[in-house]
Amino acid sequence: MTQLTIIGCYLGLLLLLGIFSSRLFKGTSKDYMLASNSIGPFLLLMSIFGTTMTAFALVGSTGESFKEGVGVYGLLASSSGIIHSLCFFVLGIKLWSLGQKYGYTTQIQYFRDRFGSDKIGLLLFPILVGLVIPYLLIGVMASGAVINTMTSRVAVPVPSEVAGEAPTLVVKVPGAFKEGTFPEFLEKKADKKGNVTFSAGSNGGLPKELASLIICVVVLVYVFYGGMRGTAWANTFQTIVFMILGMITFYIIAMKLGGQDTLLASLKSASEAIPKHKLIRGAVGEGHEGISKLKFFTYLFVPLSVGMFPHLFQHWLTAKNANSFKLPVIAHPIFIMIVWVPCVLIGAWAASPLFLDNLPPPLQAKLLANPNIVLPVMVNKLATPLLGGFLTAGILAAIMSSLDSQFLCIGTMFTEDIFKHYSKKDSIDDRKTLLIARSFIILVVLVTYTLSLFEPRAVFTLGVWCFSGFSSLFPLVFASLYWKKTTKAGAYACVLAAFGSWLYLFAQSDYAAIREFTVKLPGTDYETMPVATMILCSTVALVVVSLLTKPPEEARLKRFFD
Amino acid sequence: MKMVVWGLVVLLLILHQDNWLWDDDRLVFGFMPITLLYHAGISVAAGVTWFLATKFAWPTHLEDSSSSEGGTH
Repeated sequence: MTQLTIIGCYLGLLLLLGIFSSRLFKGTSKDYMLASNSIGPFLLLMSIFGTTMTAFALVGSTGESFKEGVGVYGLLASSSGIIHSLCFFVLGIKLWSLGQKYGYTTQIQYFRDRFGSDKIGLLLFPILVGLVIPYLLIGVMASGAVINTMTSRVAVPVPSEVAGEAPTLVVKVPGAFKEGTFPEFLEKKADKKGNVTFSAGSNGGLPKELASLIICVVVLVYVFYGGMRGTAWANTFQTIVFMILGMITFYIIAMKLGGQDTLLASLKSASEAIPKHKLIRGAVGEGHEGISKLKFFTYLFVPLSVGMFPHLFQHWLTAKNANSFKLPVIAHPIFIMIVWVPCVLIGAWAASPLFLDNLPPPLQAKLLANPNIVLPVMVNKLATPLLGGFLTAGILAAIMSSLDSQFLCIGTMFTEDIFKHYSKKDSIDDRKTLLIARSFIILVVLVTYTLSLFEPRAVFTLGVWCFSGFSSLFPLVFASLYWKKTTKAGAYACVLAAFGSWLYLFAQSDYAAIREFTVKLPGTDYETMPVATMILCSTVALVVVSLLTKPPEEARLKRFFD
Repeated sequence: MKMVVWGLVVLLLILHQDNWLWDDDRLVFGFMPITLLYHAGISVAAGVTWFLATKFAWPTHLEDSSSSEGGTH
């Protein structure tokens, strides 16, 4: 119950923040969607960082390290530190400047204007929305799973006194709710053998469906009332929360797991137990193939996705001035390090016998099958319910700080790129625009929540494919800003090649069923990430078609190039 | 100086590919895996490089961007 109380207080605080920020709302659609371009350096840093760091930052990083070892930091985090800031620097500032000049609110408005093509918006819209939806679903489903795991009962194995008899499970921490509190369809689920049981269902915790619904409602309330300003404030608050709580969790887990008097001694004790194959990236015997060097290199292309995230584009446009970008550009890699290093170490410790051998066999199997639950399980086992509650708040903060921007962005895109764009200009005043944007946001939240009820588990494996899809469109935004010869036909070719290669490789991976899918260099065994092929295809298509088609007119180029 | 900054960014990307630490399982200070420490260093170096970029390669001509001129979108 302690965890649930802390989670409740945290969500209440967020609601208060949303209501407070709504009091500063100026009542215009520009204020609602872009906070009237008033966001300074600190809020911009925190909102951009909070938006790019999803649940994956805390839960996924620990899980990946548990599965693959500490090498995941180089694979996913240090590369992002370089590439994300590069995107903010070379794309963000320029797009912000053009947005100020020509009054854009969405990415599609920019591309329509830059290429003088209405249809490019129609081509891009379903692709961008289609790539954001699985991302939203991951957040909604992960929030429900985290709250459920952290509020459910904890059992420990007690060795039997009879020699040879399996240990029995004894409930150490009771769940927040007794059996029978909720309707049966929320409490009981089928286990692997097909038996419908309480322990396979909510197991004493808040049922996932209810937990996800609460998170959706809280995010909806502060996005609905506060718009972009509410989102930026909430992101800032939540980013501070998950960074501080992450460090506290690291300290407590290190002390408990290491079991020594000082932090340094405990750290040493915990790290010495990490198996060798989790410390390196090379192969160690059978079953530990490691990661190939070329695959590691081509992973560098994945973070280019931030250049095409529609929600990040919207955040860039909120900046008060170009100087507001300086702090996010500098501090982003450092912030990634502060969040990721402790999580990666915790994940590697979890793979050591020091932790793993003390778990009941069913839980060990559960962890190996779903590494994303490593962090909640560790906290449940090693920390007090109080810390468990705070950590849950931290994880939810990371999830919600991405969800809010995505909900707001999709609502804005529907309003600006479809509804307003195809309506008679003078039939929609500002008040009506605001009403439509809010209605679309409600609709997006409703649709996302409903889809999440079907538990499309496959969305978790879609994560890297979504990122790759956005990355494959990076050449489009980069060329549009830096290459005058980019033509309308070249832009279409780029989008189609990106989408076509993505679809082809996605099908080759058996629709993400082959989790470790890679593309081998022709005639060799060298593995590359699919994203490298996609970017190659979209770049070649953009360059070749642009060179073969009529260059854009001078008047248009003058508007976009100094 | 602008070229030096962009050179540093390229150097960071090269240093990121640390093939020489691929099979190194040493624990620095007794607890920090060397691979993790090295890449945490890359993150700090990235912060420093981007700081230099804001000092010496900043697009100052974009700082006084004028307000909306209206577009065709």
